[in-house]
Amino acid sequence: MHQDNNTEITFHHEYDREASRKEVIKITVILSVITLIELALGFWLYLSHQSLGPFMVHLIKGVILILMLAKAFYIVAYFMHLKHELRNMIMTIVVPLLLFVWFIIAFLADGNSYRNLKNTYDPYHKEQSQKKVEKAEHGSKETDTKVGH
Amino acid sequence: MAQAVPAEQKWWSGGKSPFNVEYGKLMMWYFLMSDAFTFGAFLISYGTIRFASNSWPDPNEVFQSFPGLGNGLPLMFVSLMTFILIISSVTMVLAVQAGHAMDKKAVVRNLVLTIIGGIAFLSCQAWEWTHLHHEGAWWGSNPFLNADGTKATTNFTNFFFTITGFHGFHVFSGVVINIIMLIMTLNNVFERKGHYLMIEKAGLYWHFVDLVWVFVFTVFYLV
Repeated sequence: MHQDNNTEITFHHEYDREASRKEVIKITVILSVITLIELALGFWLYLSHQSLGPFMVHLIKGVILILMLAKAFYIVAYFMHLKHELRNMIMTIVVPLLLFVWFIIAFLADGNSYRNLKNTYDPYHKEQSQKKVEKAEHGSKETDTKVGH
Repeated sequence: MAQAVPAEQKWWSGGKSPFNVEYGKLMMWYFLMSDAFTFGAFLISYGTIRFASNSWPDPNEVFQSFPGLGNGLPLMFVSLMTFILIISSVTMVLAVQAGHAMDKKAVVRNLVLTIIGGIAFLSCQAWEWTHLHHEGAWWGSNPFLNADGTKATTNFTNFFFTITGFHGFHVFSGVVINIIMLIMTLNNVFERKGHYLMIEKAGLYWHFVDLVWVFVFTVFYLV
């Protein structure tokens, strides 16, 4: 037990330096491997996105997003040590974050609906958004966007 | 690493922290939770606009340069940035652990490494922003076409510079906090206090910066 100068009393977390060092190495390896898998999937998308069907593209992107969440879990649970805190304290952080479930679903669905409605009721917009254009030469600034620098 | 807590501990009977963490650490967690919502709002608005668009630029065409190696190398530079941040997170954990063991020398060494990692990441970002700016990309200006060859709006560059800029600002402030921790360690502030718990709070902030990058990296460069 140790006492801070502001009279807070907390119990010292039992500490085994060798064990924590091993845990850090383990988590570092896991994070690196997940990142390498993500990059491999990214390269796969890049090299063969013409030949992959839309279903495969979405599947690969979905796998990348799941791996992203796995990385987030390892960073929060082990590097930020949240897994070793008291359950009540973990809940005060994790439960409010559940708001993200609604947040993501609602807003992405809204964006998707907006696109469908606009394509349905604004044929001019749809036509314009399907017009192919030539890529401006590198360095040329006669695009109609402002480059004020 | 179970906590050394007496059995039948009554957490809520007063006289001790019911969450068994110091006030500052708990408040750092709640600050990070609010910061997560700020970043979440940014990233979700990016997703909303992307879902509302018929087409979007291909990140592999936009981010394909590596300093000294030229073009045509998608994902390479951002992989380097990602690994720099992961490694600096690891050295931060080691600094926190050295603090638990009251090992001042190891704290200093790992903090220095963390600061170097942070500065390296910021340098990479500065190079990337400069490079994109030279190609004509900036807020309100997008020289890249959509993946299907149609004309893109400026949404892509606006979101990219805003969100990576906000993240870069967090990295910058994290580096400043770590430098302050280093100075305090060198001045024996924590030795006199008898514990290095403040490094733990700085560490939480630094890991959060790494955590946000995991999301930014995925949604801007990979998918």
